[in-house]
Amino acid sequence: MKKSILSKTIAALSAPLLIVALTAFAGFASDNAAGKISLTNVSYDPTREFYEQYNKLFREYWLREKGQDIEIIQSHGGSGKQARSVIEGNEADVVTLALEGDIDEIRKAGLINDGWVKEFDKSSAPYTSTIVFLVRKGNPKNIRDWDDIVKPGIEIITPDPKSSGGARWNFLAAWAFSDRQNGGDEEKNKEFLRALFANVTVLDSGARGSTTTFVENGQGDVLLAWENEAFLSQKEHPGDFEIATPSLSILAQPSVAVVDTYVGKHGTEEAAKAYLQYLYSDEAQRLEGRNYYRPSNPNILKEFGGAFNLNIKLVNIDDEFGGWEAARVKFFADGAIFDEIYQR
Amino acid sequence: MSSLKTPPERPKRNVIPGFGLSMGVTLTMLSLIVLIPLASVPLVLRDYSLSEFWRVVTDKQTIATYKVSFSCAAAAAVINVFFGVLLAWVITRYKFPGRRILDGLIELPFALPTAVAGVALTTLYSDKGWIGYLFSKVGVKISYTPIGIKIAMIFIGIPFVVRSIQPVLEKLDPQYEEAAATLGASRARTFMSVVIPEILPAALTGFALAFSRAIGEYGSVVFIAGNIPYKTQITPLIIMNKLEQFNYPAAASIALVMIVFSFLVLFGINILQSKISEISRGS
Repeated sequence: MKKSILSKTIAALSAPLLIVALTAFAGFASDNAAGKISLTNVSYDPTREFYEQYNKLFREYWLREKGQDIEIIQSHGGSGKQARSVIEGNEADVVTLALEGDIDEIRKAGLINDGWVKEFDKSSAPYTSTIVFLVRKGNPKNIRDWDDIVKPGIEIITPDPKSSGGARWNFLAAWAFSDRQNGGDEEKNKEFLRALFANVTVLDSGARGSTTTFVENGQGDVLLAWENEAFLSQKEHPGDFEIATPSLSILAQPSVAVVDTYVGKHGTEEAAKAYLQYLYSDEAQRLEGRNYYRPSNPNILKEFGGAFNLNIKLVNIDDEFGGWEAARVKFFADGAIFDEIYQR
Repeated sequence: MSSLKTPPERPKRNVIPGFGLSMGVTLTMLSLIVLIPLASVPLVLRDYSLSEFWRVVTDKQTIATYKVSFSCAAAAAVINVFFGVLLAWVITRYKFPGRRILDGLIELPFALPTAVAGVALTTLYSDKGWIGYLFSKVGVKISYTPIGIKIAMIFIGIPFVVRSIQPVLEKLDPQYEEAAATLGASRARTFMSVVIPEILPAALTGFALAFSRAIGEYGSVVFIAGNIPYKTQITPLIIMNKLEQFNYPAAASIALVMIVFSFLVLFGINILQSKISEISRGS
C-alpha cells in the first residue's frame, strides 16, 4: 500500500517536470525558427585556440551582414579520427582538418562533392604551416638542418606517420630535402630516412603525444613539429626551447571543406560556405597569423615576417609528390616505403 | 479430482519464478552489448579474400606486435598474481591502520581514465621522472621500453587479481590452518597444502582477467610504449593504425586474430580451473 502511494507521488511530481521539459524543448525549437542557426565545425587538435577566436569574429560578421545569430559548435581531435567520425555519422557542416587526404576520405564516403579542393582559394587551404625543429635551449646539439638530425647519437621525437596524418608532413619534408641532396636517387633517400628513423626514440601515435614526450617528459634532442605547435610550446615554456628552421621544408596545407550532404540536410549551406570563405578575409588572416599559422594571403604573411622565417624554401606536395593520394600510396600504404624503412 | 493429477511437465518448474523473463533480458542485453558488436567484426571482412586476410595477419610487423602484446601481458599477469595474492592476503588477514584506505585504493586503476594513467606512469618512469631517474642511474630504462609496457599492464590488471582472491581468503576459515598446525605441519607446508589449493582457482580467474585486460589495453600503453616498430608496438596500436588509414578490413582481420587468441587462452584457463576445482574438492 505504502509503495503505491510512493509511486503515485513520483508520478504526480514528474508530470509537471515533463511539461516543463517539453516547453523548454519547444522554446528551443521556436528559437530556431526565429532565425538562430548553428554550424558544427569538426576540426583537429591544434586549431582549438584559433577557432575559439575565429568563431567570435565570424559571429559578429554574420550578425552584421545577415542580422542572424549563429552558433558554432566545435569539435577537436586527431585529424584522421575526426574524419572517421564524420564518415560514421557525426553530422558536421564544415570540416577543417590537417590533411587534404582526410577530407578526401569523407568525399569517398559520398558526403562531400567531387572537386571540393577547388571550391575555395589556394586549394581550399586558407592558412598553412610547415615542419620545423624544436630543440632545447641553446641548441646544445647544434641542429640546423635535416642532415644534422640523421647523425648518430641524435635522439629524434616524431609521431608515427602510420597513425598520425600530421607526421606524414615530417616524413615528406625530410624526403624532399634528401631528394635534392642526392639528385633524386630513391635508394639514397631511403637510406637517409632509415638513418633518421633509427634515431627516433619515441614514435607517439599523435602530434600532441610527441609534444608531451619532448616537452614534458624531457625525451630527445629534437622534436619534428608543425610550426604552429612549436610556437605554442615555446609560448607555454618561455626560455626552455628554440625553434630551428631547416633550409628546406614542406608547405603543410590544412584543408577546409563544406560537408555537402549534411548542409543540405540542415539547410545551412549558405552559412557554411560563408564561414569558410571568411577565413580568407584580412581580419581572419591576421588572426591566423597571431595563432602561428601562416596566412595564405602573401601581403598579410609579410606582416608576420618578424615571427615566421620567410626564407625557408617550401616545397609543395602537388609539385613534389604528385598530390596527397600519390604520396600516401607510395610512402604510407601497408608495405610501402615507410614500412620498408623499418623492415629488418 | 483431476487436480490431484499434476501434468507431468509442471513439477519441474524452478522454485524461483521469473526464469523466462530474466533469461530473455539476459540474452537481449548480451546480444546488444557483446554478441552483435563482436559478430560485426567478421562482417566487415565479408568482401575480403582469404589470401588478403592471411597477408595482413601474418605481416612481419604485425607478428612482432603479437609477440610484444602477448608476452608482456603474460608477464604482467604472472607478476600480478604474485602481488595480487600478497595484497589480498595482507588486506584480509592483518589488522593495521589504513587497511580500509588500502582496500579502497585497489580499485583506483578501474576508475582512472587509462590515458591519464598512461601519461602519469610515463612521466614518473621516464629517465627524467622521479622513479625512472633512479632506475636510469643503474642503466635501466623503463618508459619507452617493453618494461614500461609491462608496468602499465600491471597497473591496469592488479585489481582483477586482488578482487578475485579476496573473497576466497575471507571465507577461508583459519581453523583449517590451525588444524594443520596442530597436526604438526610446518607453516610453509600449511600454506602450500591448505591455503594455496583453496585460492588457486580464484588466482587463475584473476590471471585470466588481468591477462585479457592487458592484451586489449590501448589507452595507457601507447603513452609509455614508445611504439617503435618491431620493438615496442602492441597489437591494438596496429589496429588503430589501420583504422587511421581507413583500412577497416585490415583492422578487423587483426582484431579477429586477437579475439580468437584471447578466447583460446581464456578457454584453456577455464578448463584448467575446473580441473583444479575438481581435484581440490576431492572428486
